Amino acid sequence: MLSLEDVHTYYGNSHILQGVNFTVSEGECVALLGRNGAGKTTTIHTISGLTPSKKGKIRFKDHSIEGLPANKISKLHMALVPQGRRVFSSLTVKENLLMPSRPIKHKEKGLKYWTIDEVYELFPALKLREQNMGNELSGGQQQMLAIGRALITNPQLILMDEPSEGLAPVIIDQITDIIRDLKKTGLSILVVEQNLRLACDVADRVLVMNKGHIVWEGTPDVLLNSDEILHKYLGV
Amino acid sequence: MDLFIVNTLSGLTYGMLLFLMASGLSIVFGLMRIINLAHGSFFLFGSYVAYAMISRGMNFWLALLLSTICVTVLALLLEKFLISRFHGNEASQVLLTLGLIFVIGDITLWIWGGDFLSIPVPSILDFSFAISESSFPIYRLFVIAIGIICAVLLWYFETKTKVGMIIRAGVDDMEMVGALGFNIKLIFSAVFLFGAALAAIGGVLSGPILGMYPKMEFEILVNSLVIVLIGGLGSWKGAFIGAILIGIIDSFGKIYLPDVSVLLIFVVMVIVLMFKPTGLFGRVES
Repeated sequence: MLSLEDVHTYYGNSHILQGVNFTVSEGECVALLGRNGAGKTTTIHTISGLTPSKKGKIRFKDHSIEGLPANKISKLHMALVPQGRRVFSSLTVKENLLMPSRPIKHKEKGLKYWTIDEVYELFPALKLREQNMGNELSGGQQQMLAIGRALITNPQLILMDEPSEGLAPVIIDQITDIIRDLKKTGLSILVVEQNLRLACDVADRVLVMNKGHIVWEGTPDVLLNSDEILHKYLGV
Repeated sequence: MDLFIVNTLSGLTYGMLLFLMASGLSIVFGLMRIINLAHGSFFLFGSYVAYAMISRGMNFWLALLLSTICVTVLALLLEKFLISRFHGNEASQVLLTLGLIFVIGDITLWIWGGDFLSIPVPSILDFSFAISESSFPIYRLFVIAIGIICAVLLWYFETKTKVGMIIRAGVDDMEMVGALGFNIKLIFSAVFLFGAALAAIGGVLSGPILGMYPKMEFEILVNSLVIVLIGGLGSWKGAFIGAILIGIIDSFGKIYLPDVSVLLIFVVMVIVLMFKPTGLFGRVES
């Protein structure tokens, strides 16, 4: 589904991603963990085209996507749930969902086809507040809206950047359940997290990132029993 | 009382001309986070081009259409070859568009000279109606009507259409609009051209009222910037209310407080910004 090969990305002169390699298979949920400043968000931004890489190969399905603008990558059915949610505050909840919705040319096999009603079914709270403006929602509802807004573009791969950030534990549990449900629909997911529990609850495979490199890769069970990795790279 | 009505209508007329100019400026500013200082040049250039056509015998309405197209083409070239190179670089864009004001201003000076020129009122609207003892030109009422129609169309476009939604979303967070599959560059260009066309229409319509003279673009630009700040960046509604306010203040200020009339609009701007730093309809960053 997605593969990165020796990807290097810079912000100005700072060399943030220093040769990143990993893959996400079809239907797989991969979590990317690491401390602040490890390069997790940059990885997401590089894949989605917001911060283009300087070097390396990124393949999504059968396409080379390095250097493509974000809108073209989105059209290949990859969606982004950004850090800080970034819902449109001047649009109502309903408009936030209508704006990115687009008719799909050919239905991808085995994937759910998302309409606004399907999103409301997944997040009944959004239906209740559909006439509210984006900035009138609680943090958890904004996160749901950000996820719904990504789903309605009918992605095959969804990138989530710290979906648990700033949310109460009970809401984090809800988000965890939602990610699990999405996985069941056949969606491939790459989730960046600082919340170890959420990541290990949802992921098939975990990547640990440090200083612009992937330094560890394995299953959640193995990670949770590797005190050294947890201590060294995640500060647990 | 008559004087009050006449002044109100005059103020509204000026306000509507400024609205046509400021609405484009505001939305371009809101989307691209830069001021296109050359926006006033589109206004003035539009009226000069229409003057050139009309003085050679062309019909007013055809000249209005053709000069709007001319300005749109000019805007397309400037956007494509100059302004788009500096997306995201605010200082460069301000310097560039400031430079363009002088270049376009000198070109118009070279072609049309420095005399005061004006466009004759189209014959179909060339009469006045009486307000008891005063009279008021019907053409000015027509301009007010055009301004209101444009405002209604823009309101409809902004709130009821998908493109309007995309543009509102773009004022909030343009990068995210791109990440959802929309071509940001195309949206920038389209909005820029649309704004230029509105400015040109304003310029041509102002020809019979304000006339044309060198450096006029600065006066229009400064008033429009004040309107954009009062109304709030990226808001057509704000531009409309702000333009009416400035038009009326300008009209009454010149009569009742002629010594400080130039200052008045800035006083109003300062007062509005003291209480609402984002402008009347500006978005509060969340």
